[in-house]
Amino acid sequence: MAEKTLPPVDAVVVGAGWAGSIMAKELCEAGLSVVMLERGGRRSTAKDGAYPSSIDELEGATRYKLFQNPAQTTVTVRNRLDQEALPYRRLAAFLPGEGVGGAGLHWTGVHFRAMPQDLRLRSHVIERYGRNFIPEGMNLQDYGVTYEELEPFFDRAEKVFGTSGQAYTVGGKVVGKGNPFAPDRSDDFPLPPLRDVYTAHLFRKAATEAGFHPYAMPAANASHPYTNPYGAQMGPCNFCGYCSDYACYMYAKASPNVNILPALKRHASFTLRSNAHVLKVLLDSTGKKATGVVYQDAEGNHITQPAGLVILAAFQFHNVHLMLLSGIGKAYDPHSNTGTVGRNFTYQNITNTTVLMPPTRSTDQFIGSAGGVAIDDFNCDNFDHGPLGFIGGSPLWVNQAGVKPIAGAKGAFPGGPRWGSAWKKQAVDTYRHSFTINAQGSNMAYRDVYLDLDPTWTNVYGQPLLRMTFDWKDNDIRMNRYVVSKLDGVVKALGARDVHYGMRDPNTPFDVRDYQTTHLCGGAVMGDAPKTSALNRYLQSWDVPNVFVVGANAFPQGMGYNPTGLVAALAYWSAHHIRTQWLRGNGGPLVTP
Amino acid sequence: MQGIGAGAAALSWGTLHPHSARAEQASATAQNQAPQTPRPPTRFFTAAELAFLTAACERLFPEDDMGPGATALGVPNFIDGQMNTPWGRGEKWFMAAPHRSGPANLGYQLPYSPQQIYRKGITAVQAWVMQNHHAAFENLPAATQDAILSALEHNVTQFDDLPASAFFEQLRSDTIEGAFSDPIHLGNRHMGGWKMMGFPGARADYMDWVDRYETPYPYGPVSINGETA
Repeated sequence: MAEKTLPPVDAVVVGAGWAGSIMAKELCEAGLSVVMLERGGRRSTAKDGAYPSSIDELEGATRYKLFQNPAQTTVTVRNRLDQEALPYRRLAAFLPGEGVGGAGLHWTGVHFRAMPQDLRLRSHVIERYGRNFIPEGMNLQDYGVTYEELEPFFDRAEKVFGTSGQAYTVGGKVVGKGNPFAPDRSDDFPLPPLRDVYTAHLFRKAATEAGFHPYAMPAANASHPYTNPYGAQMGPCNFCGYCSDYACYMYAKASPNVNILPALKRHASFTLRSNAHVLKVLLDSTGKKATGVVYQDAEGNHITQPAGLVILAAFQFHNVHLMLLSGIGKAYDPHSNTGTVGRNFTYQNITNTTVLMPPTRSTDQFIGSAGGVAIDDFNCDNFDHGPLGFIGGSPLWVNQAGVKPIAGAKGAFPGGPRWGSAWKKQAVDTYRHSFTINAQGSNMAYRDVYLDLDPTWTNVYGQPLLRMTFDWKDNDIRMNRYVVSKLDGVVKALGARDVHYGMRDPNTPFDVRDYQTTHLCGGAVMGDAPKTSALNRYLQSWDVPNVFVVGANAFPQGMGYNPTGLVAALAYWSAHHIRTQWLRGNGGPLVTP
Repeated sequence: MQGIGAGAAALSWGTLHPHSARAEQASATAQNQAPQTPRPPTRFFTAAELAFLTAACERLFPEDDMGPGATALGVPNFIDGQMNTPWGRGEKWFMAAPHRSGPANLGYQLPYSPQQIYRKGITAVQAWVMQNHHAAFENLPAATQDAILSALEHNVTQFDDLPASAFFEQLRSDTIEGAFSDPIHLGNRHMGGWKMMGFPGARADYMDWVDRYETPYPYGPVSINGETA
């Protein structure tokens, strides 16, 4: 192993996913020299999404070909402070990405904005329900940025991603049959919505009959050929059903690899280094200024890359891990409730309801896209929480991204036999005639749910693993059960043969063995006060002002929507303020505490 | 650049009928490759281990009026093939010490790779079965085999630091994967698993079928190597 120091650059970006690619592109446009470091290998749609070899459920979704290999580094998990956390040895509950493009290469493509109330949830709850409505131990916070401020950046991200969707209002005028709860937009979606697959069509009809307000889910899957502002060309989605866990062979699903990196690579000032695992951010003797990063290359050499600006844009928990390993900000302590790095770690509260249709109905679940049909009647604060006594909500939707037979067979109708002839019969029946309605809900932040460094286990680089302390809490369990119970009318209208309501059980702790979602959030959140947030409203570290930390780590609590649309908008927002303010200033804080 | 890819993709759905496009493309891929060399009957498992595996998989996934069972689908060959992959060697799991036990919901904590789970599990089950039934698992009547598998599933015994249920769950999961993965992985022979499920395999193009709501998708499966059924 050798040690080596490279010539300095203006900016180093850690991570080559959505956040990193957006930041690198913006900084190159601003004239900076940028090195982007990616722990994984080179990835491309042409190679990793090639037809037909990529159409392989075993390699893609079962052996996790494109995901992070936990053998290198993982996390430990426990439910409570008084437990010993144990390593997350096999990927299951959540699936972090790795390689150029990050999880952006193999995400599904559901592309939401955020609800205005979600971005200022603490203020909103106090205004509508009073301060006493917030349960003891819940760290309810505002983002420090409003929907109105972010709107141009949501719009920008949709144009870069080639997002298909249906607006409700543009410039205050009703323009279409979009989500009536959605906030106003400055422009329509760049592409019309994807067509409803059969199950989404059934849900739309039934939800209407039940008195709800169904709309086409916004998806970064091109419904028509599209060229984005960077000149990247997308082909139209053919509903192949290989969205989640795969690279899109149709070039229809937005990815950093298709939508940004080709344009980024044309900047002479841009360098991408893959197989470069960043070990820590280097700080000067004051601890208030980053001088660059040190990473390990594929040969095991430790390379120092000096830089004037450090952008952490790895996956949510890797950003928090790097901050803890580097001593950027004060680590959160749940006992004294001090420190901010690791604080407000949240997840997404998703449960799945299985609807079995009559044997005459073939649900063709293998057809899929990131589109679908949703209702927002019970998302966010779109309904009166006063008599309910919980905070948060959940959209309900049919988002059929293609069910393949291994997953289909493992997910045969819940509660039935698990093997033998009776199971086989039920697995085939479920696959052919059922579909799933998801309740994908918010997850609030709690004082004793957080991230820190594990005292026992280390990764292959000899560094302590990140430790997650996480469990479902009463507020979120009751929210989930309330929202799922609202499906009753929909299920009746569907004329279902049978239904299994997927609801959170108050006596079942968070279980790492079952896939839920990779929408992990928080841990280094943005906000107005350095006491309760690691980052200011521009995603700048309060403590080290030449470090910006971009990703879902910045969400003070988890919302009902998928995080990527907000991550992308926040990246453009942060980059805009780096370009227009930070680069023109003295390199100090953009907000005075 | 990206335009080339998008163009190629557009050509493949736009100018040909989708199902034929997919099948032709898959066939072309198959023809461009040398015929697959038949693998030896086993690489990892001994003949005795394979006898257990074949019998156990067939009970988990029996031949019946729904369609072929695990043996006909080649599931034991699939599992055998998987043993000599990075996954089979445990290279895709975090295997670092210390190994401590904890609540089930915190996940797998054993120090064993899939190879070791099978090697330890089969030896232990056969010894246990021999003690209780005085015969090898594969020579017992189906009803007895089912009772034994059910006992493993419900974790009635522990074999040398290997919970019976951990072995059972590995076997069940791999049996399903062998029955329903692409035949390129040696299971799902003649796409029998897919035909039973009604899954079109690697067709992966439903442009013309998205909104034909009352018409079930009409075509049988194709495989990565271009096999049709």
